[in-house]
This record gives sequence, structure tokens and C-alpha cells, in this order.
Amino acid sequence: MRPFAHFAPRSLDEALDIFRREGEGGRPLAGGTDLVVQLKEGGHKFPYPRYLVSLRRLPELRALGWHEEQGLRLGAGLTMAEVASNDWVRQRYPALADGAGLVGSRQTMNMATVGGNVCNAAPSADTAPPLLALEAQARIVGPQGERLLPLEEFWLGPGETVLRHGELLTEFLLPPPLPRSASLYRRHTPRQQMDIAVVGVAVAVALDDGGRTLKKVRIALGAVAPTPIRARRAEAALEGQAPSPEAIARAAAIAQEEARPISDVRGSAALRRHLVGVMTERLLREAIERARRG
Amino acid sequence: MPKRVITLTVNGETHEVAVEPWWTLLYTVREELGLTGSKEGCGTGDCGACSMLLDGRLVTSCIVLAVEADGCQVTTIEGLAQGGQLHPVQQAFVEKGAVQCGYCIPGMVMAAYDLLRRQPDPTLEEVRLALAGNLCRCTGYTKIYEAVLAAAERMRLEGARG
Repeated sequence: MRPFAHFAPRSLDEALDIFRREGEGGRPLAGGTDLVVQLKEGGHKFPYPRYLVSLRRLPELRALGWHEEQGLRLGAGLTMAEVASNDWVRQRYPALADGAGLVGSRQTMNMATVGGNVCNAAPSADTAPPLLALEAQARIVGPQGERLLPLEEFWLGPGETVLRHGELLTEFLLPPPLPRSASLYRRHTPRQQMDIAVVGVAVAVALDDGGRTLKKVRIALGAVAPTPIRARRAEAALEGQAPSPEAIARAAAIAQEEARPISDVRGSAALRRHLVGVMTERLLREAIERARRG
Repeated sequence: MPKRVITLTVNGETHEVAVEPWWTLLYTVREELGLTGSKEGCGTGDCGACSMLLDGRLVTSCIVLAVEADGCQVTTIEGLAQGGQLHPVQQAFVEKGAVQCGYCIPGMVMAAYDLLRRQPDPTLEEVRLALAGNLCRCTGYTKIYEAVLAAAERMRLEGARG
């Protein structure tokens, strides 16, 4: 690696001060599983940084708490292993446990953070579709104060986010799940482990009190557009409907239309579009079944 | 800019080491502390040859900056044998002939050691999953899995006796 300076602040305020004082050319360092690899490869994806600011020792990025009305607070600095094994996440936000539990090896999961996965802004990030389907909001703190942003508005393109210089993503807020709801995430990969999603799909559904119609449907897609996306027209087509096989198939077909995949080394656009249909249909069926069982 | 002095406790022994911010933990442990058991394979966190425990968590040390490990406890492959006695995982690798060229083995042993602390009675599938981040270019996986399962059995028996 070429030289850079490294700062190890102990609080969020101290970290923000460093960015302010040092100016342009700095990058936050979380788990390092993307950033350090990119630095070793010469930093082709971004200008090589002059300095890194370690987020490892910021207590503000390690929040983790559950509240009946407010839902889940999830610090951006929590590792994939911590997220995937957390009981609140596993019981109330299983799609997120699914996604976090798929990122790389055991070693990767011990290092990589959920905030880093989101900020790296890969369209294939495995925690992104779950967080979108679960309607996560991102808390961003910077020199101008803080703001809460629906995660859907966080990404601008591959590797690009709304974060400005000196701003940090500190935590996610996930609203509490509705009664009779379920969520899950699956990805398609040629290998079972150590692979990157060709397509990732997350769904979250809630049934009405009688269990006969779908009160809420969220469908999020990874690796089929420049950013992770919601399939909003597919969601709207299914909400308020009885979950018949025909209605589910129709929603899956609409999700296919909403995908804007490209062809690359992992798969062709046609394969990706096909997978979106198959996976969305299967996941909706499974999620509805789970929501029924409660 | 002068080097920074960090504190690393490696296999129970505390060291103060002067490091550059861009040195990896693997480089520092190998080149500054002389512990060359951990290997560099890919250098990008994919192959697992550099696996070690950082504050009790299995990591690929080739993509951990040494400065990030300041103040941490590190366990390397050199830290497993106690009093001249191989750890049961190491002993099982010897007995099962799980070692071919040997380059991946320190990482394999560390990943297996980490698994058996969390899951003393793993299935074959769980062993395969836990070692997914460790590549053997001799493709000696079958013997490696057999060794891990044998080590698990021995450790359970010793635990029951002990």
C-alpha cells in the first residue's frame, strides 16, 4: 500500500473534528474488508486517500436497541456476525439476518460492518435489499448537524452515496414489524459461499387481521440496477389483494419489468431478469406462508 | 511522519511495535515480531492463509491495518500448542494426513479452532461452512474436514474426562 495517515478517534465528535481539520482527501475506515482491499489494489475506484479515519472505536456507531414503538436502532459499526446473530434481528427482521449471514467468510463477517456494506454502495450488497424492504432510515451526522434519510435515497450509483465530505452514517432505524408479518432475503450465486449476488431479492409482507389480504408488501432487489432498488409498482399491485398464486405471479412479473439489469461477468441481463421473476415469486409465497403461521 | 508505536499482546506476550499506518497486522506479526507461521496467500482477504484471532474473533490479518489492532489481543498459530503439546486440532491434522504443501494449514487450523470453540459438535456441513474462507490449492479438503471432525470428537472426550 502507498502511504497514508491514520487517525483513531474515540468519539464521533472527535472523528468529525478530524475531517474538518484535515480537509479533503480523507476516508472513513470501518471493517476494512472493502477499503483495505481497494487500497492494496491501488485505489482505482476513488482517488487514493491522504488519510483514513478509523471508526472502530466510536461508541456512537455501536448502538443496538429495541423499542416496541420505535423499532430497532442498529449501529452502523456493528459487524455482520453481530447483526446476523442478534436475537432482535433474527426474530423481528429475519431478512436482515439472512443478508448479514451471507457476506463472505466467517472472517469477513467478523470484520465487515453493516454501515460499511451500505456505504461501499455496491448494487449487490447483501444487506441492502433487506434494509430497503424493512424500510430502514439512515442517520447521517456531519459538520452541518444530522439528518434522517430513507435508505432508498442514500445511493446515487455504484460506489456513490449522498454522503458529503466529513459526513458519517452512524446508525439505521428500522420501524417495528406489523403483526402477521414476515421477511426474508435470498440471493442467487453459482457457489454457496464466498460469492457475490447475481441477483438478490428481499421481501417483507404483512397480512391483515383476518389473514385474507395483504396489508403491506415490500420488495427490494439487488444487483439488477445501478443501486439496490424497491420494486414499488410490484408492491402496489399486490397490496390490498388476496395473496392468490395469480396475484403473486403478476407482482413478480412487474418486478421483472422494474429491474434494469446489465450483463457482466456474473450473469447476463436476461438471466438476471429471469431470476428476479422466479425469486420474487418464490420469496413472496414463502414470506406469506410464514406470516400466516405467525 | 514518524512511525506510530502500538501495543499488541500476541499469544499472551505484550509487545510495543513501531509501525507505519499502511502496514498490515500480518506483515507486522511476521516481519517485526518474527512469527512467520501465519502466511500471506492472496493478500486480499479471500484465501484465509493469514487467519488469526483478534480480540477472540477470527480475521484475515492481511487486510487488517496494524494500527487498527492497537491495544488488542492477538492469537496466532504459534499460540495454540501449550507446553510443547500440539493442540488437538493440530494433532488431528497430523494424524489424518490433512497436510499436503502446508501453506494453507495455519489458517485452516485457526479457522477450525475458532469453529470448535463456538460449536464443539459440528456436522460436516458446518465444518465446510466454517472453512469456506480458507482455500487449499492442493485441494486437500476431504482430509482437512476429517481432521476437524476427529479433533472435535477428541476435544469432547477430553472435555468430558477433564
